[in-house]
Amino acid sequence: MTAAVVPEKPELPHGPGTPKKNGAAGAASLRSAARNYVDRVRGGELGALPAVLGLIVLCVFFAVLRPVFLSELNFANLLTQGAGSIAIAMGLVFVLLLGEIDLSAGYASGVCAAVLAILLTDHGWPWYGAAGAAILTGTVIGLVLGLLVAKVGIPSFVVTLAAFLGFQGIVLMLLKEGTNISIRDDTILAVANNNLPPALGWVLLAVSVGAYAAIQLRRSRNRRRRGLAPAPTALLAVRIGGLAALGAIAVHLLNQERSRNVIVDSLKGVPIVVPVIGVLLVAGTFLLQRTSFGLHIYAVGGNAEAARRAGINVAAIRTSAFVICSSLAAVGGIIAASRGNSVDPNTGGSNVLLLAVGAAVIGGTSLFGGRGRIVDAVLGGMVVAVIQNGMGLMGYSSGVKYAVTGSVLLVAAGVDALSRRRAVRR
Amino acid sequence: MTTTPILRLRGIDKSFGAVQVLHDVSFDVRPGEVTALVGDNGAGKSTLVKCIGGIHPIDGGEYWFDGERVQVHSPREAAALGVEIVYQDLALCDNLDIVQNMFLGREKRRGLVLDDTTMEEMAARTLEGLSVRTVTSIRQQVSSLSGGQRQTVAIAKAVLWNSKVVVLDEPTAALGVAQTAQVLELVRRLADNGLAVVLISHNMNDVFAVSDRIAALYLGRMAAQVSTSDVTYSQVVELITSGRSGDLGLAHSNGVTA
Ligand SMILES: Nc1ncnc2c1ncn2[C@@H]1O[C@H](COP(=O)(O)OP(=O)(O)O)[C@@H](O)[C@H]1O
Ligand SMILES: [Mg+2]
Repeated sequence: MTAAVVPEKPELPHGPGTPKKNGAAGAASLRSAARNYVDRVRGGELGALPAVLGLIVLCVFFAVLRPVFLSELNFANLLTQGAGSIAIAMGLVFVLLLGEIDLSAGYASGVCAAVLAILLTDHGWPWYGAAGAAILTGTVIGLVLGLLVAKVGIPSFVVTLAAFLGFQGIVLMLLKEGTNISIRDDTILAVANNNLPPALGWVLLAVSVGAYAAIQLRRSRNRRRRGLAPAPTALLAVRIGGLAALGAIAVHLLNQERSRNVIVDSLKGVPIVVPVIGVLLVAGTFLLQRTSFGLHIYAVGGNAEAARRAGINVAAIRTSAFVICSSLAAVGGIIAASRGNSVDPNTGGSNVLLLAVGAAVIGGTSLFGGRGRIVDAVLGGMVVAVIQNGMGLMGYSSGVKYAVTGSVLLVAAGVDALSRRRAVRR
Repeated sequence: MTTTPILRLRGIDKSFGAVQVLHDVSFDVRPGEVTALVGDNGAGKSTLVKCIGGIHPIDGGEYWFDGERVQVHSPREAAALGVEIVYQDLALCDNLDIVQNMFLGREKRRGLVLDDTTMEEMAARTLEGLSVRTVTSIRQQVSSLSGGQRQTVAIAKAVLWNSKVVVLDEPTAALGVAQTAQVLELVRRLADNGLAVVLISHNMNDVFAVSDRIAALYLGRMAAQVSTSDVTYSQVVELITSGRSGDLGLAHSNGVTA
């Protein structure tokens, strides 16, 4: 074909106007930022609001009824309890953004955990080899699921429902009809059981807040220099200060001694899973918010036909979302194996998938596609973990916990559906 | 004055399964002119546009662009030629903002990272160049825009690139009187700036107000392509409804079967 190369410069049908200089006063622009936010919420774009409010209400509720909920030990437990399903939920966000679903993510994590355990314990592989193989297993699973959905055109609901059953069988076969394989590798065990040295916790926090502030300020400066309206300085200060304050409270609490018997075993510091989840959160957010790939995920989820007409390879985007989802499920499986000190046929089974989908949806990711962020998985995952943990402290049975978590998922999905109706009606 | 056509279609056929929608269609589009494409509902206007835009592959016929025979198999290839289509169903992503929609599929990047500042600047300049003052913020989600604003964004998206041919499929169908006038003014301005513009419309007033040439499709065949100044309102209506008008149009329209 003889297609000409598109020149990089835009040709304006009219003389270029001067870009508007926007140097509004800080207070006014903060007020307008707040007003924009209120407008967005009114328009049905609730974002993280329900999850944050829910988290606060639940924490107050359990803290009043069971003061032990607020103990440092329980706080650390909450984080390690939630980490596995948060990792799976992060992967699900990619698939949910497309308006698809992966019902097999739980058992995919189980298959990957079984691969990890077999290679580590039965074959004596080093931890990095076994963990790499487990994640690669997830990648291959995602590739197969994604191609079946995107290329063959089977609805994701059906593909992953079939995989749900199939993987359950594969786990049983891998584990020789239900034996349990214990994990003895120190590095893998450390992921969900050990803590950072207290000083390192502070260093990591300082580096994270510093990097966040530097990126925000640089972007703001860049926009101002180019004559575009920057985010209000006050808003930046609130964001950076908020991150620093919350981080400092968390690190301080986690650095307290939480062992019941210090002489036997000292227990303090930020659990290692926290920076692991943090790295996934930053990487996933970068991918979704700052790259073309991420934008295309949103575009395909918002209007697949428009994306296709814009020249986006929709099938490739769909496939890669499933690849990311199952790979992150593998990470979730590794965390679960570490936390359980072993892998059994129930790893990744029972309510794992429901909790992960619940985490994403409660956090504000829409089941209808096109709306959601990686941080939703973390916020929603914390809500789910708080419910599980708090109700456990109150002495409720597993049955009640399941029923309540299921209801919360239903409420979150209801909020999602209603806010979407509201957005469409305008 | 007759400039040479930048886009020439010859003998285009297009079928969907057993149904042939376009029969041996020829179509010329010239720079600096608004060419109106008219025809009854189902005549095949949108299908022709999608063939031009590379959405539907053509079954037969020739696609000439700027004096060269080309093959257009995808929207990307059409865009690379300088052909931009504003589809009837707009094809905007509601969940993205104006800037993101305008650059979709062709984002500016610095390394791996999206260059949001550059894109925002270019989008703002284009909208300003089109004298668009109706949108309050270009970082607004498209879902929050009115019909006219969405149309404007779609048109701005088409002219943001160094496009040579802009095709608008019924841009005013869903708009009120004032917004229609604004969009038509915009259409005329694009042609006056040297672009080749194709305007699909049902409204004869709009067609006669802005077009230089009129092409009439009748049941998937090109009935006639004439200068707007050479025909009357009622002749065009006849071409649309029966495929011929006096010595204009298809040789024996009653012989044409759908
Ligand atoms: N994707 C498609 N598959 C099958 N038939 C189609 C498709 N698109 C259009 N058609 C048919 O082609 C004919 C022309 O449609 P269209 O091009 O939309 O007409 P117009 O835009 O002139 O109203 C109609 O009969 C329509 O049903
Ligand atoms: Mg049409």
